[in-house]
Amino acid sequence: MTALSSAGAAAAQNDILSEIKKQLISRVENASLVNENTNITRDLGLDSLTVMDFIFDLEDSFDISIPMERIAEVQTVADLAQAIIVLQKEAS
Amino acid sequence: MGIFDQYKALQEQHAALASVGQCPDQLQFDDIISPTEATLNGKPTILMGTNNYLGMTFDEGCVQSAIDALKEEGTGTTGSRIANGSYNGHKALEDELTAFYDMDSAILFSTGYQANLGAISALAGRDDYLLIDADSHASIYDACRLSDAQVIRFRHNDPKNLARKLERLQDKPGNKLIVIESIYSMLGDMSPIAEFVAIKKKYGAYLLVDEAHSLGVLGEKGRGICEHAGVEKDVDFITGTFSKSIGTIGGFLLSNVPGLDIIRLASRPYMFTASPPPSVVASARHTLARIAGATDLRERLWANATQLYTGLQNAGYELGPTLSPIVAIRLKDAEKAIALWNGLLDAGIYTNLALPPATPFGWYLLRSSISAAHTPEQIAKAVDICTKIGLELELITLSNSRATNGTSAVNGASETPPCATSETEPTVPPKTGDSTATA
Ligand SMILES: Cc1ncc(COP(=O)(O)O)c(C=O)c1O
Repeated sequence: MTALSSAGAAAAQNDILSEIKKQLISRVENASLVNENTNITRDLGLDSLTVMDFIFDLEDSFDISIPMERIAEVQTVADLAQAIIVLQKEAS
Repeated sequence: MGIFDQYKALQEQHAALASVGQCPDQLQFDDIISPTEATLNGKPTILMGTNNYLGMTFDEGCVQSAIDALKEEGTGTTGSRIANGSYNGHKALEDELTAFYDMDSAILFSTGYQANLGAISALAGRDDYLLIDADSHASIYDACRLSDAQVIRFRHNDPKNLARKLERLQDKPGNKLIVIESIYSMLGDMSPIAEFVAIKKKYGAYLLVDEAHSLGVLGEKGRGICEHAGVEKDVDFITGTFSKSIGTIGGFLLSNVPGLDIIRLASRPYMFTASPPPSVVASARHTLARIAGATDLRERLWANATQLYTGLQNAGYELGPTLSPIVAIRLKDAEKAIALWNGLLDAGIYTNLALPPATPFGWYLLRSSISAAHTPEQIAKAVDICTKIGLELELITLSNSRATNGTSAVNGASETPPCATSETEPTVPPKTGDSTATA
């Protein structure tokens, strides 16, 4: 990987992380709880309905579909960003 | 750590419910008197939450046909059709289902849950895609777990969201199977099926429709939402249950796609459970034979639904978006929802209490299902009691309540009945839903 493309990848990853955090913060009371290592269901106490709605919004933002089995593997914000990167690669 | 410790939160929720009154899961009727009446804790109770849409459970012919079958063929089949062979009634019922729906083939399952589980898991294989509505019944969610296919959810009753998802899959090889329901079991809202059919055609996907709550309820001949919307020839698979309008138990899968029978050798929920017993098959056959001609019952059912829906709406309650035989009061406050449900029970009205996450938007639902067998007097009484308790609990106020007695609710029934042939206007905008596995 060239220095340039890895810088591009890092920028893309940052964009994904900030969109995930933005979407999460709009759904929790305490925004300071949301960072890369936040466990989405355990740390934020989000119920399954809120998580589903959150996933639908992310699907719209990134123009991807996130299959249920992929969602099941995700725990943290960083996991989710990684899953989205993989799905974007698969789609292109 | 004990083996039940994983259920701590569930136990706590249950205990909280038990501490303020009765528990939905522990109700035990002393006597069932008719499709609409029972005795509960010694008290005469009107049944308003039994999915018994046509009131067939006590139909004399149904009961007699079951008795005859019991005497002739015994109490059970004691095995699956694959292992132990079929009885005459199994094949006859399948033939009668294909004739009723005018479709090519039918497969009987032991319940509607297993029909969804067995059909969906066997139809969608490893390289395929399942696209399911977010508000799907638990049997559809469980089918997805049993299937090797990738599962993608779309927003509830949102054909555009589905279209975007199919668009993204266009270059992927596998088959795409879309799964929707007809009348959704929690809020009674209806699927915009014609729009789904258009999308399925555009993207070359298969479409499966679960007619659980619409068989006998929608369509001129009572075949359900596909008949009602005039899209029967465009739907690839139909599943359904005998546990609601048919008044017994069992499920089925129907299709015009050639070669359906192979599912019998591939579907685990078909192969590894006992087939329906002769008495159940006999009463299902008896009722099914009556459905097409039961226009009178359907008219009664929709008039009753109108009376309950408008009665509760006039009282000031927020209901599901569409008038249908499933009438759900939407409540935000858990304690008041539980109090209303208990208050109704104490006053002799049985409804269903549905709690998140089995409900859309995290609502607490007081769900009732109306029957053709209800009398206008029973419904008026239910509306009156519901209004009275609602006012006490301050769930509704006199100012937002346009009618505080059942008499006006009865009059509501004579206003333009929606009947099975016309879509009713949503009274709240149909929003996108987001529940996980409605129970
Ligand atoms: C939409 C839907 N599908 C399937 C089922 C399962 O039906 P059965 O009771 O026959 O298992 C139900 C009933 O709970 C349902 O509401």
